[in-house]
Amino acid sequence: MKIDASKPLEYSTEENSNKIFGFWVFLGAEIPLFATLFTVYFVMVNRFASGPSGSELFEIGPVLIETFLLLSSSFTIGLAVHAMRLGHKKAMMVFMAITLLMGLAFIGIEIDEFFTYVHEGATLQTSGFLSSLFVLLGTHGAHVSFGFLWGVVIMIQLWRQGITPATANKAFIFSLFWHFLDVVWIFIFSFVYLKGLM
Amino acid sequence: MDLERFKVHGEPLIYGAMISIALATIGIIIGLTYFKKWGYLWREWLTTVDHKRIGVMYILAALLMLFRGGIDAMMMRLQTAAPELKFLDAQHYNEVFTTHGLIMILFMAMPFIIGLMNVIIPLQIGARDVAFPRLNAVSFWLFFFGAMLLNISFVIGGSPDAGWSAYFPLASLEFSPTVGNNYYSLALQISGIGTLITGVNFIVTILKMRAPGMTLMKMPMFTWSVLITNIIIVFAFPVLTVALALMMFDRLFGSQFFTMANGGMDMLWANLFWVWGHPEVYIVILPAFGIYSEIIATFSKKNLYGYTSMVFSMLIISVLSFLVWAHHFYTMGQGAMVNSFFSITTMAIAVPTGVKIFNWLFTLRKGRITFTTPMLYTLAFIPIFTIGGVTGVMLAMASADYQYHNTMFLVAHFHYVLIPGAVFAVIAGFHYWFPKVFGFRLNDRLGRHAFWWIAISFNVTFFPLFFLGLMGMTRRTYTYSAETGYGPLNMLSFAGAVGLSIGFLILVYNIYWSTRYMPKDTNGDPWDGRTLEWATNSPIPAYNFAIVPKVETRDAFWSAKQDNIPLYEGNITKIHMPSNTGKPFILGVIFFVFGFSLVFSLWIPAILSGIGILIVLATMSFDRDHGFYIPAEEVIATEKKLRGETV
Repeated sequence: MKIDASKPLEYSTEENSNKIFGFWVFLGAEIPLFATLFTVYFVMVNRFASGPSGSELFEIGPVLIETFLLLSSSFTIGLAVHAMRLGHKKAMMVFMAITLLMGLAFIGIEIDEFFTYVHEGATLQTSGFLSSLFVLLGTHGAHVSFGFLWGVVIMIQLWRQGITPATANKAFIFSLFWHFLDVVWIFIFSFVYLKGLM
Repeated sequence: MDLERFKVHGEPLIYGAMISIALATIGIIIGLTYFKKWGYLWREWLTTVDHKRIGVMYILAALLMLFRGGIDAMMMRLQTAAPELKFLDAQHYNEVFTTHGLIMILFMAMPFIIGLMNVIIPLQIGARDVAFPRLNAVSFWLFFFGAMLLNISFVIGGSPDAGWSAYFPLASLEFSPTVGNNYYSLALQISGIGTLITGVNFIVTILKMRAPGMTLMKMPMFTWSVLITNIIIVFAFPVLTVALALMMFDRLFGSQFFTMANGGMDMLWANLFWVWGHPEVYIVILPAFGIYSEIIATFSKKNLYGYTSMVFSMLIISVLSFLVWAHHFYTMGQGAMVNSFFSITTMAIAVPTGVKIFNWLFTLRKGRITFTTPMLYTLAFIPIFTIGGVTGVMLAMASADYQYHNTMFLVAHFHYVLIPGAVFAVIAGFHYWFPKVFGFRLNDRLGRHAFWWIAISFNVTFFPLFFLGLMGMTRRTYTYSAETGYGPLNMLSFAGAVGLSIGFLILVYNIYWSTRYMPKDTNGDPWDGRTLEWATNSPIPAYNFAIVPKVETRDAFWSAKQDNIPLYEGNITKIHMPSNTGKPFILGVIFFVFGFSLVFSLWIPAILSGIGILIVLATMSFDRDHGFYIPAEEVIATEKKLRGETV
């Protein structure tokens, strides 16, 4: 494999730069995916049948914590990539670990939120509004959960193999994914929770 | 466990299908064991990451599905051939027309095209492989096992029965309580993920792996059409992913997306389905346009007329394809403004398509035309497709559509578009590129026989349907009374369908005959081709090109032959290749189990196989196999052997 030393490690082979470009194209597909889910949600938002509406259900406290966690984790994954470029394996692993732990906490709060809703009688089956809410949040949450597992797999490889063109490439692509989830969350926060609370 | 849910009762046809599936499976297993081919099958095919072999497997699967979907079609034509026939009952007829549509579009036309593009695109752009060979194998196996999942529905549990568009509330648990539409949502989902991955893979391949000197505007037209198609795939398929997931939630977990009560909205399904479904039409038709462009240029011995306008017309079609979806339900009460908007955007598509038709005609003008089998399909395509296009504009008028809506006129229209537009194209492409892959041509005389059977019978089958539609015969009618007067035209249509079957059987016989008796091609360029795929040997060596070609003009190989521009510079060096892997196949199998378990709500196997999928993905990530090198001496020896020189 030819390694081009003038480029950052994650871009240094042709395969690597193709993978990064390919992942951007994949994120291009994730945009219509979430756009469709948002559209479905906007269509359904006032169709709560006999169930509760958003303003009756949402609580700002946990959502603010979720937002804080996810936004900070986007910052720490950025620090991890920065450490990777400087070649500091240990710092990189620490920042990645912090990122993943914040992701885990996010999922924990979301699960708790879902439990609360269901406890209050607001289930997937209750109304069109709740079905679309659960599926939109759930898809994002499933992405975060998948990201958590993916991140763990990458950390094991980093720990075993160190920062190589291959592991750097994987970690960088993972960071793109993680930032993307953050962007999606900003939309969920603004158009689902804030708008729903109004 | 309630075994009754797995059983399909009643019809001798279904028992026949069960027995033939069982016999075929046993036959394959015995055959493979007897000839000791298990190892060969595993090493050379199931684990391959070679784009050519993956392409061949796609095409094989597509041909199989062509016959499965074709049998469905024959059953429908037979059932309606005369008034009050009792060949199929209503439920069985519903299942047959649903699976016919699904299979022909998603598991025949699209994989056939993806197969051709797998084989040809890397060659046409002078690359050694696709960007992500292992992902390519994942794509194929997800498609394959998705297709298998849908196919077993016929004998296990029952097929989907709400039409290929699965409109709600018809497809809801309330009105379709069998597992049929669970199969629909899961089989399409699994193969759809495969298609999405293909889309990503080919966009990167075409944008990043072209031979030095091949700028975007020097790419062959087929490559252009595939690039645009894959961009449509990447933007359209996620919508299907969401729609199918919501359908699955409605049917399996009782959510309220498309229900009639509790805030659900059935029209949401229609919109989501066609936001994907209409671009899907262009996903199967744009590559066909690319194939025809290559064939017309080659067999007219001329440059393609209006290359730039061809590219721009495809780009315009790709944008418009996303703006017309509501023309599928003008009559479902969406108001005059909405209907007008979609009416105009729909008619607008005729303009870029017309540009292409004229470009092909001008390419033919003053060309030195040779009437080979692929060229015959191409020449037949132009007038037949134009009939399909003109009737399409008729349907596009919202006010007039209130008359045609849901009649056989519509059925005739889309068969007049899709069969010449996609089926003729893939058959033409199949004949055209066959010698590149296998090293010998298909017999031209048998090819021509098949062509005339198919082209004439096609018109006999579908032209009467225009009149049946205007007479008022609605589609999806499983039987009718003699007083309606639909009988004679339906009988004529059935006769045409028999002719079509004969044509396809001759096509298959041709493959068999040619494999046994056709002489080898020696120079790799049987048609005096123009693009880079003809510049390498036939059959294609694993590494495609011993030296990566350098491109200076459009139709690089043609100018290399005409003006002696050298394609290859430098010496043969060692070539890097990816190693085979069984993981994509295993992933496909687990996805199949996952899908099957969900269809029948078997939660424990579903959870276990879901975890299995994650484990396989993780092991794929841990894989540190970076492939291997073919030494330069071995490449030189292979090249000499393929050129017929003694080593």
